[in-house]
Amino acid sequence: MKNMTTKILGMGAVFCAMVLSNQVLPAGPATLNGAGATFPYPLYSQWAYQYNQLTGIKLNYQSIGSGGGIAQIKARTVDFGASDAPLKPEELKAAGLTQFPMIIGGVVPVINLKDVKPGQLRLSGPLLADIFLGKVAKWNDPEITKLNPGVKLPDTAITVVHRADGSGTTWIFTNYLDKVSPEWHSKVGTDKAVAWPAGVGGKGNEGVAAYVQQIGGAIGYVEFAYAEENQIAYVQLQNQAQKFVMPTIEAFQAAAANADWEKAPGYYLVLTDQPGEKTWAISGASFILVYKDQANPDQAKEMLKFFDWCYQHGADTAKKLNYVPIPQKVYELVEKTWTNEVKSSDKPLWP
Amino acid sequence: MERKQANHNRADAVFRLATGLCASMVFVIMLGILFELYRNSRLSIGQFGFRFLLSSAWNPVTDDFGALSSIFGTLVSTLIAMVLAVPLSLVIALFLVELAPPALSRPVGYAIELLAAIPSIIYGMWGLFVFAPFMSGYVQPALSDSFGFLPLFSGPPMGIGMLSAGIILALMILPYISAVMREVFSMVPAVVKESAFGMGATTWEVTYKVTVRYGLRGLLGASFLGLGRAIGETMAVTFVIGNDHRLGLSLFSPGNTIASTLANEFAEASAPIYLSSLMELGLILFLITFLIQMLAQVWLHRLQKGTGRA
Repeated sequence: MKNMTTKILGMGAVFCAMVLSNQVLPAGPATLNGAGATFPYPLYSQWAYQYNQLTGIKLNYQSIGSGGGIAQIKARTVDFGASDAPLKPEELKAAGLTQFPMIIGGVVPVINLKDVKPGQLRLSGPLLADIFLGKVAKWNDPEITKLNPGVKLPDTAITVVHRADGSGTTWIFTNYLDKVSPEWHSKVGTDKAVAWPAGVGGKGNEGVAAYVQQIGGAIGYVEFAYAEENQIAYVQLQNQAQKFVMPTIEAFQAAAANADWEKAPGYYLVLTDQPGEKTWAISGASFILVYKDQANPDQAKEMLKFFDWCYQHGADTAKKLNYVPIPQKVYELVEKTWTNEVKSSDKPLWP
Repeated sequence: MERKQANHNRADAVFRLATGLCASMVFVIMLGILFELYRNSRLSIGQFGFRFLLSSAWNPVTDDFGALSSIFGTLVSTLIAMVLAVPLSLVIALFLVELAPPALSRPVGYAIELLAAIPSIIYGMWGLFVFAPFMSGYVQPALSDSFGFLPLFSGPPMGIGMLSAGIILALMILPYISAVMREVFSMVPAVVKESAFGMGATTWEVTYKVTVRYGLRGLLGASFLGLGRAIGETMAVTFVIGNDHRLGLSLFSPGNTIASTLANEFAEASAPIYLSSLMELGLILFLITFLIQMLAQVWLHRLQKGTGRA
């Protein structure tokens, strides 16, 4: 009996010591917190898992939407925010934030036409804008048949399907239409949600995809990864170099490689309508937002180390999930920005 | 002994206070929500004023917002649901209580209660993947063939839109209304019905002149319960209504409701005026629901006086 009591007391003492040491000594593996865009969530959580296996560092990423991510980082409740649309340099400056691209994705128009094979239909930017403006309303419109000799196009009405919820995907898509169509620019504009001149709205990529697959003669737009995984029929799109291109990882990477990142302050660069013969015209980067002045240097260093690991070792995982990794010359530029901008008590935290 | 009594009294007082506080919390929470909605929508109220209610603009790019299309969609989809669900529920409840043998009415009764337990997102997914194709394939073409001359049934049959949303809503509120109506009918005393039968009334006469009259207040209460659920229903409607901010007269055209707009757009609304407009939409929904409940109470009160029953 006495033996037992000592045992329990002993265990209690060890337990107390463990608890105390945990409080006094610096905690072992850190936990990083982030919140924001839903589009890169599958990838970020996969990266976080792999990095955790390697280092024991935990990363919580809440995919609450880009707007939520921006609000959370501004309220300083998270270590980093994530947004599909870049913040304007003025806004970054006002909040004391810096941003950098983490991953690239693309938006692809998807269609539902019985006699047209996936990837067979060819569209140009201005034509896509006219369709989404409701001006080209039939599939056998001369504007469409002109680009598609030999393709049997039916005399059915075009039903436009767009996102009903605010989304970075819509931001990238409308930004593209805005660039290629003066009429879209004056009538609609660029935003995460716009006043659509035509069509119906589905919630999320899955909502748009479901509507497109159910309505004969529908056209919508979804993220490339979503279209690829669910095998929805997409179209070829004419790029700035007048070439018709299929949406592939290489075509998105071409858009990122040909973009002039060095001359874009705060990486405020949208990868729509970029030059290059192989470029897919509707691409966009997803961004990370962090404070320039970090209060906790250890925590901030761990965070930058994680992002560095993602750039250096995360490319294969990204491609597997149909995301496009950031090209090396771009992330080297980003890491230079960290050295120049991300500081704690005026001391650089990187490298 | 006396001390025990005093303890009892004190316990009673404490108990009364505690329960009273819990009950008053309902009011505090309600007023709190109302106040917060108002506080957060002040920006939009200040900028758009009364015009907010009359404008169907909804443009996040130019920051121009109006609630008309959302209010219209909320009222129309709820109206469709009520027009379909109330008579149907009444018939179901009557059948179960008055006409069906117990061996049948009990399992059907359980089935109705089970229907009420299905989460709304399931109704939404079923609506999108099963019901919408059925509507666009059969119901809408038939409707536009026979009534296509009416603007109400014009436009391409997409399967999603105001009519589909209304029908899904009707299916969702049907179990609520019919379950309560069934209770109401079964509470009509047998003596009352038997005396009517004794006077030579037919089943139809007893049902129409006795059972329904007797339970009128309860029947209306059941309907308003359904109405309350339909007007604020979010997920199921969001799936099938087509989420568009343009006003359309056709029931085939896509629309939006206040609840669906909030569900869709809240997460990514970053401009202060955009957020504030969404908050004002919430405030309007709150007030509409409140107003309907008030009118219902007044109406019920009048009805009670009319029939001369307490």
